[in-house]
Amino acid sequence: MRARRAAPLLPLLGLVAFFALWEAVPLAGLVNPAFLPPPSALPGAFLRELRTGQWLAAIGNSLGHYALGLGLGIGLGIAAGTVTGLFRTAEALTAWVVRVLRPVPGLAWVPFAIIWFGVSPAAAVFIIAVGVFWIVYFASHGAIRGVDRDLLEVADAFGFRSAPERLVKVVWPAATPGILVGVRTAIGQAWMAVVAAEIFGVPGLGQRMMQASTLLATDIVVVYMLTMAFLYGVLDAAFTALQGRMLRWRA
Amino acid sequence: MAGLIEIRALALAFTREGARTEVLADLDLDVEPGEFLAIVGASGVGKSTLLRVIADLVRPSAGSVRLSPPAPGRRAVALVFQDARLLPWRRILDNVAFGLEKLRLARAERRRRAGEALARVGLAALAARWPFQLSGGQRQRVALARALAVEPHVLLMDEPFSALDALTRESLQDELSRLCGAARQTVLFVTHDIEEAVYLADRIVVLAGSPGRIVATHTVPAPRPRDRAAPALQETARRIRRDLTAPDRLPA
Repeated sequence: MRARRAAPLLPLLGLVAFFALWEAVPLAGLVNPAFLPPPSALPGAFLRELRTGQWLAAIGNSLGHYALGLGLGIGLGIAAGTVTGLFRTAEALTAWVVRVLRPVPGLAWVPFAIIWFGVSPAAAVFIIAVGVFWIVYFASHGAIRGVDRDLLEVADAFGFRSAPERLVKVVWPAATPGILVGVRTAIGQAWMAVVAAEIFGVPGLGQRMMQASTLLATDIVVVYMLTMAFLYGVLDAAFTALQGRMLRWRA
Repeated sequence: MAGLIEIRALALAFTREGARTEVLADLDLDVEPGEFLAIVGASGVGKSTLLRVIADLVRPSAGSVRLSPPAPGRRAVALVFQDARLLPWRRILDNVAFGLEKLRLARAERRRRAGEALARVGLAALAARWPFQLSGGQRQRVALARALAVEPHVLLMDEPFSALDALTRESLQDELSRLCGAARQTVLFVTHDIEEAVYLADRIVVLAGSPGRIVATHTVPAPRPRDRAAPALQETARRIRRDLTAPDRLPA
C-alpha cells in the first residue's frame, strides 16, 4: 500500500536528486563552475535571455523549423512508405537507392543544404525533414507491408476494389499503429536535427547555443538545453495522449 | 424462375512453381431464390474456393458464373468468412455499415440499415463497442449482420461457425435458420460438418474428388423448425456420409 502511494513521487524524487547532485559538484569545487554551471545559476540566465527577447525569438524560429521539417518529413515518409509498401515493383526499384541514401547522417547534408538553400530557414527545414523522412518511411513501409491480407479480402468482398478505396478503408487505418510509432520516434529525433540544422547560422535555439558557447556562457547553453527538453516533453506527452485516443480500438 | 446464381462448366486450376493443380472441374450449379443450399465436402476439396469464385475474389479458369444483377441499394452476394474479420478500428455499428458505404446511400440511411441488421442478430445494445470487447460468437454475429445489411440476393457463408465452441455454434445455427427462414433469404452455405448441413439446408450438394466435382445432390425433406435428432435428418446425413466415403472420393 505504502509503496503504491509513494510510486508517483519517485520520478520527482529522482529529478530532485539529480539537480541536487548537479548543484553540489561545482559548489564543492570538483568542477570549474564556468564549465558546469550549477542549476541555481540558471533562473538568472533564463531571465536575462527572456528580457532581451532572445529566448522567445529563438524558440519561435526553432519551432517554425521544427514544425515544417517534421510535417514535411512525415508527409513524404508516409507517402513513400505507402507506395513501396503496396507495390513490389516500387520496393524493388528503390531497394538499393534506399541503401545508398539511408546511412547518410543528417549533418552530412549541411553542405548541400547551404549550397541549395543558402543559410536560410529552408536549409534548416530540409535537414530536419531528411532525418524525419527516413524514420517515418521505414515505419510506414513496414506497417503497410504487414497489413492483414484477410482484411483486404473483406474490402474486396464488399466491392472496395480500387487502390484509393482500399487505402482509405483498410490499408491506412490498419497501418496507423505502426506509422504512429515512427512519428513518435521522429518527434524526438527532429529536435536533435533542429540543433544540427541551426548550428551553422540559421537563427534559432541551435544558433543561440553556439553563440553562447563561444563566449563560454555555459549557463545560457544549459538554459536552451532545458528549453528543448521541456518542449520535447510537452510535445511527446501531447502526442502520446493523441496516440492513445487514435488507438483506443486496441485492447 | 431464373436462378440467382447460374454456374456452368466451371473449372479452376492454378499453377505454382510449374506444377498445375486442378481444384474444381466440370461444375454446374443453380441457386434458386429463397432456398438454403449447403455445399458439403472434405477439407481441401475446393468448397471455399468455389465461394470465392462466386464472390469474384478468384477468377475461374474456364466456364461461367452468372449472378442476377443486384437491385439498387443491394449487392448480388455478400460473404461471411470462417473468422469474423471485423475491422478492429471501427465500432460495431460502423463495422456493420462497412458494405453499405459502397452502395451510394445517404449517411442516415446507412446508419438505419446497419442498426436494423445489428438488431436482427440481437446485438443492438453493442453498437458502440469495439470488436475486441466482443466474444467470438458475438463477433461472428456482427459479421453476419455486416453481410445482411447489404441485403444480398444470395448470402454466401464459408464455414462460418466452425471456429466456435459447440454451444455457441448450435445457438448460431438456430438463429440463422430462424432469420433466413423468416426473411426467405437465399443462402449458399459451405461446411464440412454434415450434421450442420442437414439441420440447416433445403438442398445439399456433395463435393468430392480431386479436382472437386459434384458427386451427389440431396433434398432435405424435414419441415422447420427442425429437430436435430429427427430420423429424416439422420437418414440424409447417413447417405451423404456414404457419398463422401466412396473409395474414389476420399481426399488425397
